[in-house]
Amino acid sequence: MASEAGTSTPDRPAPDSGAVTDEATPDHDPTAPAHGHPTEAAYVKVALFLAAVTALEVAVYYVPALEGVLVPILLACGLIKFVMVVAVFMHLRFESRIFRRLFVLGVLLALFVYTIVLTTFDVWSR
Amino acid sequence: MTVTTTSEGTHTEEAPAGHPPTSTGLSNEKVAMWAFLGSECLLFGALISTYLLYRGRSAPNTITPEDVYDIPYTSVSSFVLLMSSLTMVLALAAIQRGDHRRVRIWLLTTGLLGASFVAGQMYEFTVFYREGLKISSNLFGSSFFVLTGFHGAHVTLGVLMLLSLWSLSLRGKLPASRSETVELVGLYWHFVDIVWIVIFTVVYLIP
Repeated sequence: MASEAGTSTPDRPAPDSGAVTDEATPDHDPTAPAHGHPTEAAYVKVALFLAAVTALEVAVYYVPALEGVLVPILLACGLIKFVMVVAVFMHLRFESRIFRRLFVLGVLLALFVYTIVLTTFDVWSR
Repeated sequence: MTVTTTSEGTHTEEAPAGHPPTSTGLSNEKVAMWAFLGSECLLFGALISTYLLYRGRSAPNTITPEDVYDIPYTSVSSFVLLMSSLTMVLALAAIQRGDHRRVRIWLLTTGLLGASFVAGQMYEFTVFYREGLKISSNLFGSSFFVLTGFHGAHVTLGVLMLLSLWSLSLRGKLPASRSETVELVGLYWHFVDIVWIVIFTVVYLIP
């Protein structure tokens, strides 16, 4: 009976062989997403959802009966699209907190500063 | 560093990277890009606020947004830019798994979609000009052209970066180990897209 010592398994290189293991290389599975990112199918689904929200925005714009709630609906649709692109396409949901803080800080600072500016100039009551 | 020749062309592969050797364990370039995008929020925030501030304060009997906006046309432009974000993220996914042929396809598609958006914006500007809206016409014209013009300039810069990446990939100088370069350009591109999401909603749709 032959000993298994010294035989090499074809799918698992020796640790000191210098070869890169399957776990360390991003192209071991052509369809696998990198770093826990969504799959390509998930990206397509998100894009279709975003297109549907855009279509909804434009449709709502043309419905006279919704004139009273037009602004909240449009702002909600815009916010959903913004968050989806940032979280999924820009991978902020899967990234380091430092990146999230840098970007969110910019967004919040802009909202804070310009809300004060617009309020000072009495834009909301017009 | 190793050089590999495949059916897709010759690619120079560098050693596989783990965490970058920085004090944060994060790529400095990526930190810089996110900080830059955070600061860009303030730039576009200023431009959008200026537009909101000046809208409705133009001199009487001058051209207004309702006179010139073509919502169906702008909706198509928005859709084009939105889909370019999809193709951009597909390009990133392709380079991360070393599929160079698809990287080139998706980068070129993204660039062409971006160029279509810019061409559409130029056409829109031309139509507005013929209808009597110029940058010096009134407060609406000034703030509208400055805001959308700045955004268009950002898209144009993004298209140039995308075509540069496509050219690098064609020459085999964009290996999988440099996927972060595609990621950084992708971040910029998606940012340009989210700015347009805000502009389309706040400037075009909200009466």
